[in-house]
Amino acid sequence: MSKPTWTNPVVRWIDYRLPVFTFANEQLIEYPTPKNLNYWWNFGSLAGIVLVIMIATGIFLAMHYTPHVSLAFASVERIMRDVNYGWLIRYIHMNGASFFFICVYIHLFRGLYYGSYKSPRELLWIIGVLIILTMMATAFMGYVLPWGQMSFWGATVITNLFSAIPVVGQSIVSWLWGGFSVDNPTLNRFFSLHYLLPFIIFALVFLHLWALHAHHSSNPVGIDMKGPQDSIPFHPYYTVKDAFGLGVLMLVLLGFVFFAPNFFGEPDNYIEANPLVTPTHIVPEWYLLPFYAILRAIPNKLLGVIAMFGSILILVLVPWLDTSRVRSARFRPVYRVFFWVFLLDCIVLGYVGANPPEGYFITVGQLATFWYFFHFVIVLPLVGWLERPRPLPDSISASVMAGKGKEAGHA
Amino acid sequence: MHKALLAALLAVAFFVPQSSSRAAEGPALPAQAWSFKGAFGTYDRAAVRRGLQVYREVCAACHSLNLVAFRHLGDVGFQEAEIKAVAEAYKVKDGPDDAGDMFERAGRPSDYFPAPFANTKAARASNGGALPPDLSLMTKARKQGPDYVYALLTGFKAPPAGFSLMAGMNYNEHFPGRQIAMAPPLAEGALTFADGTQSSVSQMARDVTTFLSWTAEPEMEARKRLGVKVLLFLLVLTGLLYALKRAIWQKLH
Ligand code: HEC
Ligand code: HEM
Repeated sequence: MSKPTWTNPVVRWIDYRLPVFTFANEQLIEYPTPKNLNYWWNFGSLAGIVLVIMIATGIFLAMHYTPHVSLAFASVERIMRDVNYGWLIRYIHMNGASFFFICVYIHLFRGLYYGSYKSPRELLWIIGVLIILTMMATAFMGYVLPWGQMSFWGATVITNLFSAIPVVGQSIVSWLWGGFSVDNPTLNRFFSLHYLLPFIIFALVFLHLWALHAHHSSNPVGIDMKGPQDSIPFHPYYTVKDAFGLGVLMLVLLGFVFFAPNFFGEPDNYIEANPLVTPTHIVPEWYLLPFYAILRAIPNKLLGVIAMFGSILILVLVPWLDTSRVRSARFRPVYRVFFWVFLLDCIVLGYVGANPPEGYFITVGQLATFWYFFHFVIVLPLVGWLERPRPLPDSISASVMAGKGKEAGHA
Repeated sequence: MHKALLAALLAVAFFVPQSSSRAAEGPALPAQAWSFKGAFGTYDRAAVRRGLQVYREVCAACHSLNLVAFRHLGDVGFQEAEIKAVAEAYKVKDGPDDAGDMFERAGRPSDYFPAPFANTKAARASNGGALPPDLSLMTKARKQGPDYVYALLTGFKAPPAGFSLMAGMNYNEHFPGRQIAMAPPLAEGALTFADGTQSSVSQMARDVTTFLSWTAEPEMEARKRLGVKVLLFLLVLTGLLYALKRAIWQKLH
């Protein structure tokens, strides 16, 4: 890569000692990126921006929030009513959490569709899975902080899961609680951890990007860049594309913030926590519903907990479970069908998770849970072995040329 | 094609679970034509005033409004003198004074609406064991909140034949379980509105619900006003960014 000569003497002075400008130039400006990325590739950077928004709004919320069981609920309402633009900060943080998951889930399914997890991007993918896990923990603990009915009862149900662990389960639960029920010590530690974990996510995103930049982005046809004709510099092409994507995301996110701020929420969380009154339906936030459904699909508590955590951790193995050498589902007619079935399966799980475990929801939940694991353990390896992929284009630029008419309709 | 399909599926994934999690309790809530509905909705000022009167003269006997201070009334068109007058009508406990004693004084705009009972035990003792919940956030704390509160207040009926009503309970088809410990609080012509409006049950229910919607979401008007501006700005900005993106990418092909 051409090393730029900096004309500004101050920049030159700094860059000689600490080459931040050279680094930024290489990684953000000249950084070669496949020329054929579609809009599904926007969601990684969007997720990153939402993370920054979450940290920024969170820090301002923490300035006014009080982590005490008898004050937390009222302090949040103080933010809503008396802090200047407190309602805006809180609603952005609340809805931002949902949009963080929307971005990351789309990002993840993008990876599954285009085989982004295949060599040499396995570690990149695994770091992504760690990011999702940490996000879930962060969001779960954040939801406890306003100390509404769902906060309290959600925390009680989820922490109680650990009691399924043989022998030491109950001790672990007491240790998590800092007492004999979800109470003030629990709220305090959840606040502390909710403040900490986003910075861990930040560090993980840094590693994620480091791994990404080692081998660069994959792309919709899933073949490697073979030369300068396949790539374009990140700036201005992808900076402007990402900026446009950000505009669209902001329109939707702020549309909810200003006009339907409680759309993703549960009314019960505007009732202050009361250990003596159990809500009729305890449901987690929407982004955890599929996993909640898997938990409840299995009659044995311990196995349910294992299945729930397993359903996320199994993603770590995907680079090895998928035995196909072709990355992109575009050239994998059979896998493509299973991809859509799997997406549908996750949606069904979410739907089941939102409903009480009664009647046919039980059967549907169990079938969907079965399919979830079947997809990874059986479908992925078998389809990889048995499927005959369609011929791959010779290069990215060849596919862009050939696709001029056809691709427009396809993607 | 795939994009559209995926988008549709995701939309289903995100939005269906929300709407389905409400367990069907009683008949569907009729949607009322609230002044504060929609992107440009505002609180009908006259209704808020009448609603405050309904709260003070009826509901306040049992229900607290802990999150609302008198000064907040300034957000819905009350003048400073009016706020002072509302506040002064209340006795507020303050202290300790220099001698170490608690004392009572007239309310000030910075005070919060005093609760009718000293604590939840006292509240229960006066209500046959049932707790009248705080109303500050009521319309936010129920699905379809405003429609629900209105339906509840106007939904008291004689129980159908064969329905076994427990002692001290009242039949109301909109309350989960259909029996509620609150007696029908509103009676035809129970109070005299300063603006001459007839105090029918539905009128009072409508007004107090408007008032409670304001107490639950006092920021709503400011939120929507700012929202319209922000979204218009973003729409133009995003349109320009799209044009810029097209222009820059044009050079490629
Ligand atoms: C005589 C005392 C009393 C008065 C006056 C009264 N309420 Fe109630 N209210 C109660 C009690 C007690 C409950 C709890 C009922 C239960 O849990 O069964 C209640 C419950 C409610 C609920 C909650 C229903 C739910 O979904 O949990 C609302 C809303 C409500 N009242 C509104 C009002 C309004 C508005 C007024 C004034 C127009 C009012 N109440 C006047 C005693 C009263
Ligand atoms: C905080 C959450 C996350 C952030 C901020 C983030 C950020 C990014 C960014 C900016 C990119 C490059 C742009 C792109 O390809 O879209 C990227 C690529 C990638 N991410 Fe993430 N990511 C997150 C979570 C995840 C998760 C949960 C996974 C999967 C489990 C994942 C898997 C990948 C993969 C495989 C790539 C390379 C994709 C390719 O080039 O084809 N990421 N990430």
